[in-house]
Amino acid sequence: MEYYSDKINDNGTIAVDDSILVKGAQASYGSKIMTGFKPLFSAEAVTRLEDKGYVVAGKTHVGEFGLDLVGEFSHYTKQSEKLVGAAPALIAEGGVKAALGVDVNGAPRRAAALSKVDFLKPSYGTVSRYGIISTAASGEQLGVYAPDAEGVKEIIEVVAGYDEKDGTSLKDKTYAYSTDDVISGKKVCVVKELMALADEDTKVAVDAYAKKLKNNGVVVEEISTDLFELGNIAWQILMSAETCNNVSRYDGVKFGHRSETYRNIDELYVNTRTEGFNFLTKAVILYGSDVLSKNRYKDCYDKSLRVRRVVAEKFEALMKEYDAFLIPACSKTQYEAYDINEAFNKVFEENVFTSVANLIGVPALVSQGVQLMGKYFDENTLLSMAAAVEKEGK
Amino acid sequence: MNYEVVIGLETHVELNTNSKIFCSCGGHSSAKTPNDCVCPACAGMPGMLPVMNKKVIELAVSAGLMLNCEISRYTTFDKKNYYYPDLPCAYQITQLNHPICTNGCVEVKSSLGTRDIHIKQIHMEEDAGKLVHSGSFSYVDFNRTSVPLIEIVTQPDFRSAEEVLSYLTKLKSMLRFNGISECEEGAMRCDVNISVRPEGSEEFGVRTEIKNMASFEAIEKAINYEAQRHIDAIEFETEELVQETRRYDDASGKTFAMRNKETESDYRYVPDPNLMPIIIDDEWIEEIKKNKPVEVDDMAAQYREAGISEKEIDMIIANQNVAILLDKVVKMGCNAKNAAAWILSDCVGLLRKDGKTIDELDIDANKLGTIINMVESGDINRVSGKKILVAVLEQNVDPVAFCKENGLDKKVDTAVIDKVIDEAISNNAQAVEDYRNGKVKAFQSIFGACMRELKGIVDPAIIKETLENKLK
Repeated sequence: MEYYSDKINDNGTIAVDDSILVKGAQASYGSKIMTGFKPLFSAEAVTRLEDKGYVVAGKTHVGEFGLDLVGEFSHYTKQSEKLVGAAPALIAEGGVKAALGVDVNGAPRRAAALSKVDFLKPSYGTVSRYGIISTAASGEQLGVYAPDAEGVKEIIEVVAGYDEKDGTSLKDKTYAYSTDDVISGKKVCVVKELMALADEDTKVAVDAYAKKLKNNGVVVEEISTDLFELGNIAWQILMSAETCNNVSRYDGVKFGHRSETYRNIDELYVNTRTEGFNFLTKAVILYGSDVLSKNRYKDCYDKSLRVRRVVAEKFEALMKEYDAFLIPACSKTQYEAYDINEAFNKVFEENVFTSVANLIGVPALVSQGVQLMGKYFDENTLLSMAAAVEKEGK
Repeated sequence: MNYEVVIGLETHVELNTNSKIFCSCGGHSSAKTPNDCVCPACAGMPGMLPVMNKKVIELAVSAGLMLNCEISRYTTFDKKNYYYPDLPCAYQITQLNHPICTNGCVEVKSSLGTRDIHIKQIHMEEDAGKLVHSGSFSYVDFNRTSVPLIEIVTQPDFRSAEEVLSYLTKLKSMLRFNGISECEEGAMRCDVNISVRPEGSEEFGVRTEIKNMASFEAIEKAINYEAQRHIDAIEFETEELVQETRRYDDASGKTFAMRNKETESDYRYVPDPNLMPIIIDDEWIEEIKKNKPVEVDDMAAQYREAGISEKEIDMIIANQNVAILLDKVVKMGCNAKNAAAWILSDCVGLLRKDGKTIDELDIDANKLGTIINMVESGDINRVSGKKILVAVLEQNVDPVAFCKENGLDKKVDTAVIDKVIDEAISNNAQAVEDYRNGKVKAFQSIFGACMRELKGIVDPAIIKETLENKLK
């Protein structure tokens, strides 16, 4: 973490991921291509926190454009033996009260699960995206890391709400959060297909969580569905396509890194981007360009938009019977260091647990290493379940 | 063999808004220096999101109503991807899948008769910036970036360059009169799609597209050149026609291929998730309809009824400032036909002397109306009126005060006129006799004698009338 404030007389100290703009502070989203970029304004969420007396004390490192597992491929840090997310690690150490992160590909949820802190990816449209470095606009949402559900609630209440500066921000919703809704009698489902992909430790964690929910009167059942597999493919295509065209502005012309070797505009583009992006981002850009190309658009991109609708319908149908999913946030309780050449496939495989929430914009809450995913704008059920389980102890 | 030219037009029109399409920057017309009207949003900086300018939608709907289009109730934006330094995000926000207006129609007159030109669609989009090259460097100016445009796409309904120009002239007046666009220099740019086919054939020939032309003159020349090139290619097999994009070079009067099909870029269109679909309901359309579209055809009919000549009508309709001025002056009680003559002959004539055009006509309607009224009521003669007009145009004087100060308002006693005319008759006995014997020309010398005494004091028309009566 890079600190730029030492104020202590405040309501609490917050860190923000480097995907979120703070006026005047270098913003890089973990990428060399944004070297030296200092924004002229702060993200709406940052401004709202500061207005309420919180101190945004520094920025935490993230993986380049949030495309990796938990932040292991940042241009500004070295990959550690055991992978760990910077913001949740800081919270686990007690360094800050809470942190903000952008969830576009599940990385913050995985990172929170590994560090055993909470992270809420709220419903799409909840928190203004003004001032976050956008990659996949149709599914990215600004979320909150905190030690527990109460902490999440405190911060999400501040940052949620309509903002005219973001056309996807929702005006006619009420943003009232609660951690003490009655959960007894609610129904939660565990997904057989996802459990089959998880390692033993993860299964144990989900089972333990299920048990604690049952102690609180929640009914837990196992179901079988292809929802997650379908959704993951669709999101991989949409996310790559949108990321590809959102990062196309990093071309060396206006700001950020510019190659020192070029003879004409084409070389300026090619060399700047070759030097500026890491292997994983390049893979996503290529994949994204491919699915948008004339020959593939119908079968890839357009089809994914239709799959998105199908997934949303299937999800809604299941949610008539259940109040939430109880699923892993990742397949393991600890990731080991690995080579960036393997990242594209590895992340795609892990995204099966997280991408549906991005694809259809529903809320997901990670707590005690597992993930609860619920109905659109029903964060309260998730927060109340997590709070009840947290009361029972870790 | 006779050939028929088939032409379709894509016309880009810069909309008359106070701010850009997705941010609050002012329009580039207010910019004094490069990059004067730029903010983080239109410079493509991360973190900024496009926020729709409502006025753009309203103007696009107005254009649709004006061209008898169906207005889409659901309209969305797409991103068109390509790299160019004047495009900060490396994509242009435009409309591909759900354009705001479709299926319109407009009547166009030409020597082919009055025919319907069908409008395929109108869509909204943002403009790009521009590059300034200097020495071995290129500079980027983002002032024009994100300035709102509409693109009006016709069906391939035109059959001659004349018809295209007639359409463009009418379109330009319609856009100006309805406050949709100022249509200033460069604010209206055309891509021309053109093909030829044997007369009577139903099938279209190979089509080429000539990109980005701003002057009507160039468009006419380019169409004529390109049509002949196609005909030559078919008739004499001078070359093989391929579907391609071409550029018109004004200096040589020729078109040149820009890029061939193999290398044509794939724009990888993608819906823009940052802009929610726009729902246009009846209520909103009714609200926009309250500013009833001005029908240029109706205006022309009214002018015709007032006795204004066709040539003058064309001039008025092509120049909104003239039409507005005329309207104001007529509302002050002036005769429309007279007023049109004052504006189009006198004012424009005076401007022309200074090397100015009709566009630069800038006169207070109240002052002009006052002058015309003074002349029409007989308070002053037309010659005095013209003197006052010159003073108003040059020094913006008050017409009534100027008139008094310069003694132009002196009423001339009819007795004085009678006396001068009587003297002239008696001094030109020979001419009077010739005239009475049928030599019409002789009238001039008697009239001239009167004019020498009365010029600038009495309206020549009055002198002529009085003299004629006395000679009967």
